[in-house]
Amino acid sequence: MIEVVFFAALRERVGEDSLRVTPPETVTTVAALCDWLADQYPAVGRALEATPRRMVAINEALAEPDSAVADGDTVALFPPVTGG
Amino acid sequence: MTRIHVAITAEPLESHLSSEGQDGRSGAEVRFSGRVRDESGRVRALFLEHYPGMTERALRRIGEHAQQRWALNAIEMIHRVGEIQVGEEIVRVVVWAGHRHAAFEACAFLMDVLKSQVPLWKKELSDDGWHWVEARERDAEAAARWMAPASERAR
Repeated sequence: MIEVVFFAALRERVGEDSLRVTPPETVTTVAALCDWLADQYPAVGRALEATPRRMVAINEALAEPDSAVADGDTVALFPPVTGG
Repeated sequence: MTRIHVAITAEPLESHLSSEGQDGRSGAEVRFSGRVRDESGRVRALFLEHYPGMTERALRRIGEHAQQRWALNAIEMIHRVGEIQVGEEIVRVVVWAGHRHAAFEACAFLMDVLKSQVPLWKKELSDDGWHWVEARERDAEAAARWMAPASERAR
């Protein structure tokens, strides 16, 4: 199981704080996970499409679209940060 | 040994006092405070969202990077979250060092990297309601200027 969490504008567009998902074993990267989520959850697909600039963190560390995801990970998706 | 203090708080930062800097080792204390601008009356308030856990870890990590790069005695990074009124402090970064150059540079580095890598998101309240603030390209560029090639850094 992978926990996917959303923040800020992306969270509001999805309408959920988080999802617990079990993608097939062929889903091994962040990019593949996003594609799979968009396919399985239309609300997520629309939210991702509306948020083309995104950042990702795996287990609370910044990562890239081609970073590996595995069972048990927490994957956070969010718009570019705007603190400070 | 650099002491690194990080905090996320929903309380006004004005009440936060630090006891750092009084042990005789720090000849320099550089403090940056970011405050809410009203953008010529357009903005009434901000709301800051964060990623509990990761935000604190990310702040500590950039503090550790600064500690490796400059000779520092202590770093404090506090970021406010929740609703913040015009004129109030959003963020405070304080650096204590033996000498001013390290303190000035490290403080600028911490703010530039905070703005592009630490999970925090701003919403603005204006006359037509709340709107998320879009990230600006120049903030990413400001952070990138610290990422010199490793060969240059080693000199």
